Amino acid sequence: MTARLKPFAPLLALLVAAVLPWSTLSVPGLFDGALNSPGTLQLLAVCLVFGGLALGYDLLFGRAGLLSFGHALHVAAGAYGVDILVSHYGWPLWSAALTAVLAAAVLAALLGSVALRTSGIAFSMVTLAFAQVAQITVNRDPGGLTGGEEGLPMRTSGLPAGLVGVLNTVNLYWLALAFLTVVVLVVHTIDRAPLGRTLIGLRDDERRIAVLGLSPYRLKLVAFVTAGALAALGGVTYALVAGGVSPHIASSELTLSLIVMAVLGGAGTRWGALLGGILYAYLDQRLARLGGGLPGPFGQPLFVLGTLFILAVYFVPGGLAGLSRRWQTLLGSLKPRTG
Amino acid sequence: MSTVVLLTLTGLGLAALYFLIASGLSLVFGLAGVLNFAHGLFLSVGAYATWWAAPHWGLPAAVAFGVAAAAATGALVELVLIRPLYTRHTEQVLVTVGLSLAGVALLQSLWGADARIFPRPAWAAEVTGVLGASVPVDRYLLIGAAVLVLLALLAFLRFTRYGLIIRAGVENRAMVSALGIDVRIAFTLVFAIGGALAGLAGILGGMYFSAISPGQGASLLIFAFIVVVIGGLGSVTGSAIAAVAVGLLQQFVNYYGAPGAGDVSVVVLLAAVLLTRPAGVAGKVATA
Repeated sequence: MTARLKPFAPLLALLVAAVLPWSTLSVPGLFDGALNSPGTLQLLAVCLVFGGLALGYDLLFGRAGLLSFGHALHVAAGAYGVDILVSHYGWPLWSAALTAVLAAAVLAALLGSVALRTSGIAFSMVTLAFAQVAQITVNRDPGGLTGGEEGLPMRTSGLPAGLVGVLNTVNLYWLALAFLTVVVLVVHTIDRAPLGRTLIGLRDDERRIAVLGLSPYRLKLVAFVTAGALAALGGVTYALVAGGVSPHIASSELTLSLIVMAVLGGAGTRWGALLGGILYAYLDQRLARLGGGLPGPFGQPLFVLGTLFILAVYFVPGGLAGLSRRWQTLLGSLKPRTG
Repeated sequence: MSTVVLLTLTGLGLAALYFLIASGLSLVFGLAGVLNFAHGLFLSVGAYATWWAAPHWGLPAAVAFGVAAAAATGALVELVLIRPLYTRHTEQVLVTVGLSLAGVALLQSLWGADARIFPRPAWAAEVTGVLGASVPVDRYLLIGAAVLVLLALLAFLRFTRYGLIIRAGVENRAMVSALGIDVRIAFTLVFAIGGALAGLAGILGGMYFSAISPGQGASLLIFAFIVVVIGGLGSVTGSAIAAVAVGLLQQFVNYYGAPGAGDVSVVVLLAAVLLTRPAGVAGKVATA
């Protein structure tokens, strides 16, 4: 019975997530207000965005085996792109979002074509360096476009009425859920397609893929551009959910936290990175709010998350996704043998 | 003319900092294959230990204490965290990433996120005239320390038994193990040396910027990474050359170009070097 229902579990989860804003249930301890209060919905929306971002990053890291240290650049390209077009040039949101994502994809193709000429640690370093340039540029506020260290709040008059105001937080939540669904569809379609298997082949043995007559460079570039475009889409969604952009989104800490999310959840698995992203974003926000009440270093979210991450690398190598498999193995071995 | 002299000496001072951080990183990567994101933490440990000890014991003893604390941190990290993950490079990188996040947060919770005024000897705050330029003395302190470290490191690698093992390990680790030498001791040693040099860089950086903050290590670390890659992984001399190139380029372009252009030009240099010479200026091919 449960085995037959299992393929529908993601759909069921999506359905629950979609109708959640109508629930007035309050979960003390987990959330401050009722489930449909704007504060909780905002928190959940950020969690969903990071779940999508982490899964998109896992397309590079867990599947293609490309340890990019510059993913923040693509997120920032989408977020700043849409924010600048809407706030400075008064574009309508949807065309601004489309342009920002397309431009970010072109940028990813350009940078990827350079960075992918190297491999291994050198690739990580080149992507890190590119992202560093992006961060410096954003912080310098060229032409008054990015707002420098203060960031760039979204000009609300340029947005559709349904996305503005505290009462409409629920629409932002659904927007974040839609983004997450898009990422899941794209990544899982790639997983099932020959491309997905080839990417995993690249991760495990690049030379073998080359011997089979495929071009590793081109395949990696496809993965890089797809992940870049998904990240930009996530950046657009984040800019809307957060009501603007701050330079933190371009920082290498964001990339590092994406890596932490993917590993914590289980890199390369179907749902691992997504769950890791949601959990990390939730803990990050909750711990920051609880911060003052906790003693010593535990008041710092990054201390808790960093320590948790190190422990996970040692003791839970497959991440959260690996945990459930281990649990089943354990249950299976405990079951009394029949016959 | 005086501007050029000042820019050159300041650039060399910055290069000295980069070299102190990069040489340790480079040796660690060359030998153990670990890209050490926690290196910035060693730097901060050295700086904060000195800052904490200076009012109690006086500056010279505090500097020694800071370097020792950073070296101990390096050795400890290798023994406790890196060694169990032997040959699993991605996991090792991930652990150092986690450590850098947690370590900086720990420092922040202990001493706050704000910058702290760093003590420096009175003579280092003075200014001397060189070829018509007024140059702060701390630049010479940085350059002198880096040159001494470079000479000491080269002598250590060249004339001692452990230096020999480290050089051989960078060249071919499997072969060294096959000859019956325990390379793991060399790993710990390299981490301790790297930690000590990073700690020294943190202390000198504190004197140079006259303040320290928990996040300082991370921002210096990225340029140190660039220096390591340009110089060639595992090469101390390569790191020295690359550090000078990066430091000077950054200073001059930042002064004569648009603000921030110096940092960007360093990255362009990195991309150019990697595309034309993937192995760096001097060193092994950069593969994971």
